[in-house]
Amino acid sequence: MSVTDLGMPAFPAAAARSTRDTRLRANLRYATHTIRDKRARAVSELGDWAQLRAAGRAIKDRTLRHLDHYLERLEEAVTAAGGQVHWATDAAEANRIVTRLVRATGEREVVKVKSMATQEIGLNEALAEAGISAYETDLAELIVQLGKDRPSHILVPAIHRNRSEIRDIFRSEMGSWGRPAPDGLSDRPAELAEAARLHLREKFLRAKVGISGANFMVAETGTLVVVESEGNGRMCLTLPETLISVVGIEKVVPTWQDLEVFLQLLPRSSTAERMNPYTSMWTGTTDGDGPQTFHLVLLDNGRTDTLADTVGRQALRCIRCSACLNVCPVYERAGGHAYGSAYPGPIGAILTPQLRGTASALDASLPYASSLCGACYEVCPVAIDIPEVLVHLRERVVEGGKVTRRGVKTLIKPAKGHAAERAAMRAAGLVFDRPGVLRAGQRLAARTRKLHPRRLPGPGRAWSDTRDLPPVPAESFRDWWQRTRGGERGNGREEGGK
Amino acid sequence: MSSRDVVLARVRRALADVPRASGPEETAVPRDYLREHGEHPAEDTVQLLAANLADYRAIVHDIDAAGLPGLLAHLLGERGSRSVVAPAGLPPEWLAACDLEVVPDVPETTPGELDAVDSVVTGCAVAIAETGTLVLDGSPDQGRRRITLVPDHHICVVRVPEQVVASVPQALERLAPGRPLTWISGPSATSDIELDRVEGVHGPRTLEVVLMRP
Repeated sequence: MSVTDLGMPAFPAAAARSTRDTRLRANLRYATHTIRDKRARAVSELGDWAQLRAAGRAIKDRTLRHLDHYLERLEEAVTAAGGQVHWATDAAEANRIVTRLVRATGEREVVKVKSMATQEIGLNEALAEAGISAYETDLAELIVQLGKDRPSHILVPAIHRNRSEIRDIFRSEMGSWGRPAPDGLSDRPAELAEAARLHLREKFLRAKVGISGANFMVAETGTLVVVESEGNGRMCLTLPETLISVVGIEKVVPTWQDLEVFLQLLPRSSTAERMNPYTSMWTGTTDGDGPQTFHLVLLDNGRTDTLADTVGRQALRCIRCSACLNVCPVYERAGGHAYGSAYPGPIGAILTPQLRGTASALDASLPYASSLCGACYEVCPVAIDIPEVLVHLRERVVEGGKVTRRGVKTLIKPAKGHAAERAAMRAAGLVFDRPGVLRAGQRLAARTRKLHPRRLPGPGRAWSDTRDLPPVPAESFRDWWQRTRGGERGNGREEGGK
Repeated sequence: MSSRDVVLARVRRALADVPRASGPEETAVPRDYLREHGEHPAEDTVQLLAANLADYRAIVHDIDAAGLPGLLAHLLGERGSRSVVAPAGLPPEWLAACDLEVVPDVPETTPGELDAVDSVVTGCAVAIAETGTLVLDGSPDQGRRRITLVPDHHICVVRVPEQVVASVPQALERLAPGRPLTWISGPSATSDIELDRVEGVHGPRTLEVVLMRP
């Protein structure tokens, strides 16, 4: 995916570093707890939240199970409305298409609306190589771009920065990108937002090419939807002459009516608002209003591989609200950078290893970046069972098996480093199949209790670094039951009955 | 093979487990969610709209049609606006009491010229009470999308009660998907600094809504 991800350490190593960063942890804790409580209030206003969630899930499932049908309808509708549709099998192809389209306009700079898809494919880097400057216009993306940083949250990419860090970045960096920060800039959020307004306005007013993603694409009408807060999206979608939207193929929804579900689920889940400040909907081009040239680049880049996995495909329902990040105890402590991709948090832990495969140490470690507590599933507005997919992907990493990569079915080998786990599981399987062996083993373990170490030796050491080994009881449950029948015959309590 | 064909073929292979002959309806979509949250008489719906608009820091005014020109002149004057953009189909009497430069919404205007205009006055297509949302659809009394974006002060006139609906589903029923639509819920805002909502980034920092009764 993105160039910045190459050579990233596996999640445990990255998280071990980030969890020691006390400022990062304080910033994250404050922000995620604030939004968590607000979200709960916004959701509780709607008595039919469970029904909306079920509908959202079903609409996405219907779409995914007939994705070819809806993509063809979408293409037809967008084309009929004056747009041009391009298809990209992977990141490199999408970047080539966008670069070619920008070059054809003769422009050397573009303004961008915050977009996960373009982050995923590393579009800004690809454009820079072609000599085209891409200006991020979302406030948080601007903070990340000016700070030569990486995003760490789906909705609020600069969540790891607090207000005084943001002020320092604006003071030192804005001047080299355009209009410098005002003199005496303080760290009041309102002043920081004003500085961003002034800095970006000159870029909006002269922009000839805008680049966006989309939250939804309506197959039936060819309408694209961008949900935002600041108005930078509206600027990029309406002021330039040419608009290029790069959108993952899973973002399609069948009908106009389906928006009534997602426009209720998304804002409340995401920013905890009844409705986000601005939503733009456009269908192809409109004479005399907004861009007169519109290109839609439909992006695969691992999505069809994900679709081929009948358990894992539910990850493609995601509407990128980021509620799962905000409730995740692992995300809150490790931060978004440790996940090593555009998609951090619980959704990233199931999406990234499916989009990219589990060949790298980082991607193979992501399904383990979870305590399986299930808070993510509970808040997910489209009911993605993230723990189920995590366990499924862990199994794939350990056991290997059939997967689809770049559209081709392949057999992957079990990952290295899980030999001890596999051996232990095989041994457990043998023992649990044979009651006699199990009984003998349990009795042996009980008799040698005094000799048991507190920590495991060898490959089990890492596991027992943070855990005490469970004590072995003097008598196994099976022996106790045989002796007492749960209290009928001896020292147990009597109320059990027959 | 084009990339289009490659992607579509991958999708079809990936869906080998799905019974496809019966079409998309094989996946049922339950639509037992509410069309609106609680049933209100029209007057309550307008009150709810006003409350939710104000909750997201829009400034709300209530007036009858006869009082509108006077109110608009007062609001623009109070702010010290020297110029206002008016969409081509704005009823001419709305700005009749104003003494300031009226800039027409024409394609030749550059974004830079628009940036020099102080205010904009428009109508709207529909307003949603439950969410405090105004929807503009580019009709003649609303104009091009950019005129409600670049100036820093937007006054939007809602005809009550006929333009007010309770809920998002009811609003979508009234809107034409082919038109360029802008949904506005309060002034421009951001939650990007410590997830704290701050009003006023790139869109109009002041949004005034006039609820106009017959």
